[in-house]
Amino acid sequence: MKIKFHHILLTLLIATTGCKKDNYDAPSLKLTGKLVYKGEAIGVEYNQVPYELYQPGFGKVGPISQTFGQDGAYSSLLFKGNYKFTIPPNQGPFLWKEMAAGKRDSVAVSLTDNKTMDIEVTPFYMIRNANLSAGNGKVNATFNIEKIVTDANAKDIERVSLYINKTQFVSGGDNIAVTDLAGSAITSLSNIAMSVNIPGISPTQNYVFARVGVKIAGVEDMIFSPLVKLSY
Amino acid sequence: MKKISLITIFAILLGTGSCKKDSAFLDVPPKQVLPTELAFSDPALVLSILGDLYNRQRDFSSLDGYPIPNTSDTEPGWRTFADFSEAFPSENGSSFIVQRTGWGYGEWYIWDYGYIRDLNLFIQRATAATKLSDGDKTRFIAEARFLRANYYFEMVKRMGGVPLITDPLAYDYSGNVTPLQKPRAKESELYDFVISEAESIKDQLPNDVNEKSRATKGVALAMEARAALYAGSIAKYGAGTPQVSLPGGEVGISSSLASGYYTKALAAAQAIINGSAGSYQLYKVLPDLADNFAAVFLDKSSVNQEAIFVEDFKVNSGRVHGFTTNDQPFSISDEGLDAGRLNPSLNLVEAFEKLDNTYAPLATKDASGNPIYYTDQLDIFAGRDARLAGTVLLPNGSFKGKRTDVWAGYQLADGSILTSGDAGQLKPLPGTSTPVQVTGKDGVINGQEFRTQTGFYIRKYLDPAVGSGRRGRGSDVAFIRYRYAEVLLNAAEAAFELGQIPVAAGYLNQVRSRAGLTTALSPVDITFDKIVHERRVELAFEGHTLYDMKRWRLATAVWDGAPMTVTDLVTNIGKANKRNTQPYGLWPYKYYNPGNANNGKWLFKEILPSPVTGANRFQLGNYYSQIGNDVLSANPKIVKQPNQ
Repeated sequence: MKIKFHHILLTLLIATTGCKKDNYDAPSLKLTGKLVYKGEAIGVEYNQVPYELYQPGFGKVGPISQTFGQDGAYSSLLFKGNYKFTIPPNQGPFLWKEMAAGKRDSVAVSLTDNKTMDIEVTPFYMIRNANLSAGNGKVNATFNIEKIVTDANAKDIERVSLYINKTQFVSGGDNIAVTDLAGSAITSLSNIAMSVNIPGISPTQNYVFARVGVKIAGVEDMIFSPLVKLSY
Repeated sequence: MKKISLITIFAILLGTGSCKKDSAFLDVPPKQVLPTELAFSDPALVLSILGDLYNRQRDFSSLDGYPIPNTSDTEPGWRTFADFSEAFPSENGSSFIVQRTGWGYGEWYIWDYGYIRDLNLFIQRATAATKLSDGDKTRFIAEARFLRANYYFEMVKRMGGVPLITDPLAYDYSGNVTPLQKPRAKESELYDFVISEAESIKDQLPNDVNEKSRATKGVALAMEARAALYAGSIAKYGAGTPQVSLPGGEVGISSSLASGYYTKALAAAQAIINGSAGSYQLYKVLPDLADNFAAVFLDKSSVNQEAIFVEDFKVNSGRVHGFTTNDQPFSISDEGLDAGRLNPSLNLVEAFEKLDNTYAPLATKDASGNPIYYTDQLDIFAGRDARLAGTVLLPNGSFKGKRTDVWAGYQLADGSILTSGDAGQLKPLPGTSTPVQVTGKDGVINGQEFRTQTGFYIRKYLDPAVGSGRRGRGSDVAFIRYRYAEVLLNAAEAAFELGQIPVAAGYLNQVRSRAGLTTALSPVDITFDKIVHERRVELAFEGHTLYDMKRWRLATAVWDGAPMTVTDLVTNIGKANKRNTQPYGLWPYKYYNPGNANNGKWLFKEILPSPVTGANRFQLGNYYSQIGNDVLSANPKIVKQPNQ
């Protein structure tokens, strides 16, 4: 009888100590922010402009790679620690600070709690005062373009495009109609007017999403005005 | 006394028995491993080692597919031909090809330095072998050097400059791996390596037209011509995309080197053309030019002197492939539901010229927008380049003595369409009560897999042998890696880029006249667009599309991510930078209007199959595949690709 009791005790002991979880907690700290130029958000294409976070000190070096949303926002769930934030070369419609030997600069991020950090970059152009409206089966847009980079790194406008889509994802790859304006046809950067016809949408809906994008010569990613939902 | 002598005898026995030397006792020759000296003592054994190295070659497209790295899955052979909007995949599990909006940066990545090491070891051991005859030894070493150069060529096409390792590296167990970490060579150095290896081994390889699956002089020269041409065009057209280059030259070639590479490409191609590597020539055997073109890929007899280097297969040997099983027309299938996966797109079909050397879309509507009616489905394709019917199995086309049954439904007089979800689902025509078949047995129904969804089946490599469509038997059609027509096109392109336009016209005309385009092009007709077009139609489904578009830096223009309209499809045919982002289909309908002159005739519509929801977008970062983080962190000397 006594031996059996010992056995039960031993089994219970093993069972209770063995119940400890052997895995780590999931990352829980949130690093969020958006791409800005002097506080103003920069719109890009969804899932096309990547950023990388490096956490040095763990042997192998590899980035945590993610992409910006179409309003320029980003967010990562991370562990507590020190990170370096960077954007790979030739990505995004903006300039990123480079070191002497063509290496990309990085931003040090010390993460101890949830953190919001906006990423300040220098875009080649900004779309200002975009005014989009819908009516008579058309979407009309008027806007100004401001040339930000004017030094040796300046680039020309290849084209300006007005995109509309039936969902909130609006870009060169996701649209139901588009009007292009070649860069050579732009005489003045202020009061540019464009319009695009709204095609039949099935199933019918009485709204579209629209935004204007600038394609810069020699730069892959376009820069966009803020997204608007237009009802008609 | 007796005891003592017994003990003595025992001790002596023990002593003598243990007197064997340790080395003699411990060094037992292994019974299941061949030691190096033994393996390299007999030509048959060496050939079996070399056979394994031949099997591990890598091509872009492959009839039997290849294993997907880091998984137990295999990329099926047919799917390696299905991308780039040149074809539509009619298998629901592969719809991602037409639903993605581009390719990941890691796509097309290869980094098999295990293979390179095995080749280097083979060369080292064969060089040290003492029991092989000099003739065998020279040939084996030259073959291994060819395979090594060919694999480096495959790597540089995908990755740009990679570490150029030509010795089997050995680790000394010192804990210091720095001597093993090699930086990437320049992209131009890789091409120079391929060219110089080909030059130095070409005369050590046999000069034999009938040797197709082992390296010969012709293969070495064909590889040299292709590599030099690629390097020349990257030097020339890469100047237009300065973002796609690295300061150390690991990616990108200086434009000043272009003409030197083109000169080498032309010289190597002309060495084959003038017969110095054997009497290679275009295949011109069958009277029907379309059948003749299809037979280039089927005929394995010595009559076929067009194929230079092939990946061969053999029925009943275990080395067969399922390309015909996967792609045969549904109603002619040997294997029930296994059929019809690879459907060439209308985009490709429209590219084939008319016999008067002009481009024109297939005439589906007249000038006022009314449909054109055809008595036979094949009539709409009449008067076209014979390579069209040789590459693509058209609606009502013939395979294994039967005709395909491809149509999407009845077009009724009131403009509506009568169709059903399956050919077996019968419906009565208006004004009748007897149910009849209202779609083709081979398609076309949106989303119905294993039947064509573009209206076309593949004909290239499709094996007409009895039983070739059965899974158990498989097909032994060979995959041609290098053939004479490509050598001619390489020579034409190199000559064109060097300004020798009449020479280029001569080579192009040879290839074109074999396809029935007998009106010769004059030098003024030879443009860059023409060169691009000719390679597209001649070399369709041979694994050239991606590499050609990359080296001309056209990929970002052709696959720009914008959805295609029918207007995009039927205009600018023959332009090199024509958009090609979504695979369209051409659906035949039977006209039903009793009493009308056109009743029972065929009309055609350009239709985007409904599974196609994505549009191909090729980004600057896709020009050179991303190097894996495992490689980057193991070797800090490796620089990253541009744009990534």
